[in-house]
Amino acid sequence: MTSPPVRPSEKPAGAPESAPTSVSASISASISASRLQRALASDFVYDFTRAPIAIIAGLVVLFLFLVAILAPLVAPTNPFDPASLNLMNGFTPPMQANMFTGESFVMGTDDQGRDLLSAIIYGLRVSLFVGVMSVLLAMGLGVSLGLIAGYVGGWLDNLIMRIADIQLTFPSILIAMLIFGVLRGIIPPDLRDEMAIFVLITAIGLSEWVPFARTVRATTLVEKEKEYVQAARLIGLGRHQIMWRHILPNVLGPVLVIATITLALAIIAEATLSFLGVGAPATEPSLGTLIRIGQDFLFSGEWWILTFPAITLLALALSVNLLGDWLKDTLNPRLK
Amino acid sequence: MTAPLLEVSDLSVEFPQRRQRLQALDRISFTLEAGEVLGFVGESGAGKSLTGAAIMGLLEPPGRITGGRITLQGQRIDGQAESVRGRRIGMIFQDPLTSLNPLRTVGDQLVETIQLHLGMDAGAAAQRAGELLDEVGIDRARIGAYPHEFSGGMRQRIVIALALAPEPELIIADEPTTALDVSIQAQVLALLRRLCKERGAAVILITHDMGVIAETTDRVAVLYAGRLVETGRTAEVIAAPRHPYTKGLMAATPNLDLVSVDTVLPQIPGSMPSLAALPPGCRFHPRCGDVMPVCRRTAAPFIDGVACHLYGAQTQEAG
Amino acid sequence: MVIILARRIAQAVLVLLLVALISFAIFRFVGNPVENILGQEATVQDRNEMIERMGLNDPIPVQYARFVWDALHFDFGISYRTAEPVAELIASRLPATLELAFISALFALVAGILLGIFTAISRGRFLAGLVMTTSLVGVSLPTFLIGVLLIWLFAVELGVLPSFGRGDTVRLGFWETGLLTASGLKSLILPAITLGLYQMTLIMRLVRSEMLEVLRQDFIKFARARGLPERMVLLRHALRNTLVPVTTVAGLQLGSIVAFAIITETVFQWPGVGLMFINAVYFVDIPVMSAYLLLVGTLFVLINFIVDLLYLAIDPRIRDRNLRGGG
Repeated sequence: MTSPPVRPSEKPAGAPESAPTSVSASISASISASRLQRALASDFVYDFTRAPIAIIAGLVVLFLFLVAILAPLVAPTNPFDPASLNLMNGFTPPMQANMFTGESFVMGTDDQGRDLLSAIIYGLRVSLFVGVMSVLLAMGLGVSLGLIAGYVGGWLDNLIMRIADIQLTFPSILIAMLIFGVLRGIIPPDLRDEMAIFVLITAIGLSEWVPFARTVRATTLVEKEKEYVQAARLIGLGRHQIMWRHILPNVLGPVLVIATITLALAIIAEATLSFLGVGAPATEPSLGTLIRIGQDFLFSGEWWILTFPAITLLALALSVNLLGDWLKDTLNPRLK
Repeated sequence: MTAPLLEVSDLSVEFPQRRQRLQALDRISFTLEAGEVLGFVGESGAGKSLTGAAIMGLLEPPGRITGGRITLQGQRIDGQAESVRGRRIGMIFQDPLTSLNPLRTVGDQLVETIQLHLGMDAGAAAQRAGELLDEVGIDRARIGAYPHEFSGGMRQRIVIALALAPEPELIIADEPTTALDVSIQAQVLALLRRLCKERGAAVILITHDMGVIAETTDRVAVLYAGRLVETGRTAEVIAAPRHPYTKGLMAATPNLDLVSVDTVLPQIPGSMPSLAALPPGCRFHPRCGDVMPVCRRTAAPFIDGVACHLYGAQTQEAG
Repeated sequence: MVIILARRIAQAVLVLLLVALISFAIFRFVGNPVENILGQEATVQDRNEMIERMGLNDPIPVQYARFVWDALHFDFGISYRTAEPVAELIASRLPATLELAFISALFALVAGILLGIFTAISRGRFLAGLVMTTSLVGVSLPTFLIGVLLIWLFAVELGVLPSFGRGDTVRLGFWETGLLTASGLKSLILPAITLGLYQMTLIMRLVRSEMLEVLRQDFIKFARARGLPERMVLLRHALRNTLVPVTTVAGLQLGSIVAFAIITETVFQWPGVGLMFINAVYFVDIPVMSAYLLLVGTLFVLINFIVDLLYLAIDPRIRDRNLRGGG
């Protein structure tokens, strides 16, 4: 309880002034023998080979985002339009003509004859929407609370950080489930499906604010003592101006890193909740929902209904993760 | 004639990089007789610590020995330093606060070393550990204490006891007092010197402090940017330094009778070049007050205790 | 030592009371308890009687105290959905979860520490790189997908392991165990790997980075300089110092395993408390949710407490700092 748990994926990013130290700069400085040895021993090669992976990951993320945003334009059919469904098309394997209708689908169809590719594109849209919105919520909340805790200090700082400590003790997915359950309990039953997406965003967003707050607070504490902030205070700038205009820009680097990593976490959290049946409703299936549906057909041999949504989710989560990793190393070499 | 205790000839150490190989030590040669105290002096990054690490076989990868030989009493040890490490050559590092494992008692660490090298049983080793603590001036009753319960000076005494425990013939002390309070530096140095003398162990003392060299060593070797620039008996080098770099070092050191305490100490202008951007010719020439055209083209050979063109001309005429 | 212990216990109780407060708030204020029990057709008189009987008119602190008192006597109310006492529901399902969590934790710890040491000391070699890269993929893979993947491979394609349930169980007193039958053990394999894999990866990466950090320390260099053979340097000096921070994190991961069991239990239809919780969230069965929170909260606080004590036992520096601070 006294020692907050260390989640390796969420080491607080350090102060930004330690940022870009290029490899050549660290060599050309005249340094002591032992430090020299250490600098030379670090894995340049590893760094180098990872850069192309980051580029590929970036392209994959960009592609998936574009597809999701342009879903109505790029999807072959609208999977939610009952008129486009033909039960006769049910269980068509990918790239094969249906035995009754003769139609064929790139990724096949599900039990209701829905084109799987279209369902995945629309599912991706839901997954990304929930992911991005939750990160924005978590970021807004975390950055604000972190700034306040760091700048104002005192009992407010204590209160915020104690809550953060306790919340960090529990896995965020558990907290998201609890918030989801509670919100569901508060919302009248007939509105539950309609509001499910917003409930989901709130639940995931509220479960991920802590890393933002901790990093921002730590940086704020450092920046607060710097001369330019003291100077800003002397010329009579108000608290809000100092916090938002002078301190905030200094934390943007680490916040960007955390936001990227959190986006991967949020996407997985959303998929998990939806897979468990306590996330996106059947009327707005996300990738997780599609995987849950696909699992039912695993034993009967319709493998594609599970496989394609799963691969899409994996590509998305992995790419965002790799991108976050690369950002972390680039913006803050010390964290490696 | 018997072989000297330690003989290092043409020792080179390199750090391979992606595009180039950084030569951190360039053909260092020196000898050390039994019981002798040899000082290595130079600025940070000159290669003093690397020399010690190379002898111990403790270079951190990718650093490696690329040339030369190291012999201990006529027996080659480069490439097989494990056979003598600890047992015949002991080493002491700069920071006593981090040299001891914080999670194990000092007794534990002493007994472990004694048992390993001297093959004693646990009881005898514990007995010996107690004696060693007494010798370095620490109450043997504190054998069960953890490192954090001792002050920095006391911890360095324990480190000395640990290094001396296997009765080595040579101790390499890498800046052993730099991290300590000035007030206890002299004590710890005197202790190290006395204990080594009693045992007949030779010492290589690595330091950047000319004062320490003057007080403690018999002979001195001056290193600059990975090369040996001057060696000689300490008294002679201090009385009459020859290489301009040694002169600069001397001038920058207080209390050596050369300058009075009140004068502002002259610093050597500029700073030592990085290994990635070494100047051609003599590596010291960009900072040297006595620089000659030849210094910019070729490095002076190490002849008669100094590597400098100022003296090379005479030597060449004589030879 | 006694003072430290007392302080730690006081802290633990405080956090527990806080968790209980949240549980109570959920129990009391989410939805309408009376309506949930009696249904919407109940008469006003029935409702008032119920409100009186449940003490819902009492001051909130009194209700909170009663909630804590009841919880201490294992009374968590009645499930809205099944009308069973929540305590009985939990008691019948807890052994399944605990057995699963225990085996998973064992797997995560043993495999994680071994692989962590391996990847640290053979850094730069191909196999270590392969393990690290695979682990990155493992971290990105959501738990439920790992489960589905394992089911597909071992249950559908190979047909060697069961894909759901606990198999045959044996009753030992109140405890229903699956550890004593062949089918029970076989049923445990896939869920245990699914649940433990993520924690295993975390522990492995942590052990690796801590080990690399420790290996950079001066006392390791000095241990080598003292002539200790590499095996002794690694086992006696590096490993123990590595395990200090690992203990904390690994201990806390143990708690996470119980929480993450929700996912694994759903994938494998494992009849534990996690599956119970997910159903409660789905059907808005507030008393069950509230009791689950209380249960998991207690577990976490307990684990935290034990980890703290362990930490104290391992690291003499902290022991002393606490003694001084506590004196």
